[in-house]
Amino acid sequence: MANKKVLKDKILLIFALFFVILSFSILLLLVIDIFIKGFSHISISFLFSYPSRIPQKAGILSSWVGTLWLMFGTALLSIPLGIGAGIYLEEYARKNFFSNLLEVNISNLAAVPSIIFGLLGLGLFARTFGLGRSILTGVLTLSILILPMIIMTTRESLRAVPFSIREASYALGATKWKTTIDQVLPVAFPNILTGIILGLSRAIGETAPLITIGALTYIAFLPTGPIKGDFPFITFKGFMDPFTTLPIQIFNWVSRPQRAFQEKAAAAIIILLLLVFFLNGIAIYLRIKYQRRLKE
Amino acid sequence: MCFKERIYENTIKFFAYLTVFITLGIIGVLLFETIEFFEEVSLKDFIFDTKWTPLFEDKHFGILPLFLGTFLTSAIALSIAVPFGLVIAVFLSEYANQNLRKTLKPFLELLAGVPTVVYGYFALLTVTPIFKKIFPTISTFNALSAGIVMGFMIIPIVASLSDDALNAVPMSLREGAYALGSSRYEVSLKIVFPAAFSGVASACILGLSRAVGETMVVAIAAGQMPNLTINPLESVETITAYIVQVSLGDTPVGSIEYKTIFVCGMVLFMVTFIFNLLSFYLRKSFEKKYGK
Repeated sequence: MANKKVLKDKILLIFALFFVILSFSILLLLVIDIFIKGFSHISISFLFSYPSRIPQKAGILSSWVGTLWLMFGTALLSIPLGIGAGIYLEEYARKNFFSNLLEVNISNLAAVPSIIFGLLGLGLFARTFGLGRSILTGVLTLSILILPMIIMTTRESLRAVPFSIREASYALGATKWKTTIDQVLPVAFPNILTGIILGLSRAIGETAPLITIGALTYIAFLPTGPIKGDFPFITFKGFMDPFTTLPIQIFNWVSRPQRAFQEKAAAAIIILLLLVFFLNGIAIYLRIKYQRRLKE
Repeated sequence: MCFKERIYENTIKFFAYLTVFITLGIIGVLLFETIEFFEEVSLKDFIFDTKWTPLFEDKHFGILPLFLGTFLTSAIALSIAVPFGLVIAVFLSEYANQNLRKTLKPFLELLAGVPTVVYGYFALLTVTPIFKKIFPTISTFNALSAGIVMGFMIIPIVASLSDDALNAVPMSLREGAYALGSSRYEVSLKIVFPAAFSGVASACILGLSRAVGETMVVAIAAGQMPNLTINPLESVETITAYIVQVSLGDTPVGSIEYKTIFVCGMVLFMVTFIFNLLSFYLRKSFEKKYGK
C-alpha cells in the first residue's frame, strides 16, 4: 500500500518533469533553428538597407526606425495616462458601483484580442479622425492596447506600499496629492517600471493591430526626422508619415515563397528577439533587485 | 494650492474614465459598421449560409466556415496548452523547490513575451515541413501546425496563472492532508488541485480567449481559405486571419468587404468578452475564498 503510494508519487514527478523538459526544449529548439538559419544574414548592410525585391539587397532600415518611432510615441502617451489612471483607481476612487465597473472593464480590455484594437484604430483614428496610415494612428492604437496592462501594474505596485508611509506623511501635514506623488509613488516606482517595460516589449512585437490600421509592408523611406534647420529646430511632422515595423517586415518576408526571403525573416526575428529579450531582461533584473531591497 | 490639487485629481480621474471610453469606442465602431452590414445581408444568411466568399464575384456571407476554423485551431491549441500548462503548474507549485521555481518562472514570462509573428514563422517554416513527412497529404497551410504552435505559445500563460492559483491554496490544507498520511501525489491532485479549481479554470478560459483572438500564427500558417471542415490537415481560415487578409488589400471604405471585417471583429469581441468575463469572476470568487 505504502509502496504503491510512493510509486504513484514518483510517476507523477517523472511525468511532470518530462512535460517541463519537453515543452522548454521544443521552444529552445525552435529558437536555435532560427539562429542557424538567420545568423549569417545579419550584417551592417542588412541593418542599413531598405526592403527590396531582390533578397540579397533587402534590409530592415525602415522597419527598425519605424519600430523606434512607434515605441517612443507609445511610451510618451501610455505611461502618464496609465500611471495617472492607476493612481486614481488605487488611491482616490471610493469602492462603489463605478469603481467596480472600471475594474471589470480594465480587466476585460487587457484580454481583448489585439486585432480588435486594430479595428478601433482603423475605424476611429485612421478614418474618422482622418489620421490615415500614419505613425500617430499606430501610436494611439498601441497606447490604448498596453494601457490596461500599465494601469493594472500601477495599482498592484501602489497596493504593495506599506500604509505606514502614507500615515507618516499625513501626520506631517502633507496633503493627499503630495503624499501620493512624493512618498507613495517613488516607493512603488521600480515595480511600475517593470510593468511598463513588459508592456512596451509586448507593443514592440504586436503585428496584427498595425496591419489592420493599414501599416504598409513595403516602405523605402524614413519618417521626417525630428530635427530641422530653422526655428524651433524640432518638428513632429514625422508622426504623420506612413511606416512599417520589424514584425510587419517579418510577416511580409515569411509569407513569401522564396527561401532567401524566409532566411531574411529569420535574421529579422533574431534582431526582434534580441530587443524583446533585452527589455524583458531589464524588467526581470529590476524586479529581483527591488524584491531584495524590500526584504532588507 | 487646494485648487491646483483639485485639477490634478480630476485629471487622473479623467484618465481612469478614459478606459470606459475605449470600450465604448470599440463597441461603437464595431456596431456602426455591423448595422450597416446587416442592412445589406440578412442575419439568416450570416448564420446559416455555409460559404464565406465576400472577396469573390459570387458573394456569400456565412460566418460558419470562419467560426469553425477558429474553433478547430483553438481546440487543437487548448488540447496542448491545458495538459502541459497544468502539469507544469503542479510541478512548479508542489514539486519544485524554491530555487528551481524562481528560475523557471521568469523563463515562462520570457516565453510569454515572444512576439506572435515569431511563432507564426515556427509554424509555417519549421513545424509544417516536419508534419509533411509524417502526413504526406497535409496541405502547406493547415490547422494542425498552427494549432499546435499556438498551444505551445499559450502554455506559459496557463502555467503561470495556474501556478499562482495553486500557490494561493493555504498551507494548512496541505499540512492537514499530510498529517493524515497522504502522499505528495494525493495532496497535489486530490487536495490542492480541487481547492484551486476555480483559479485554474480561470487560467484555462483566459488561455482559450487568447487562442480565439490569436492572429499572426493562424494568418501565417493556417491559410486563407474559408473551409467548412474539421480535418486538421486541411487549410482553414479563422476570423482573425480573414481580418488580416482584407487589411492587406486595398479595400475602399464603405464597401461590403470593408464592413465584413468589422462584423468579424464584432463576433470575435462578443465571444472573447464572454470568456474574459467568466474568467474574471472565477478568479474573483477564488480570491475571495482564500482572502487575498
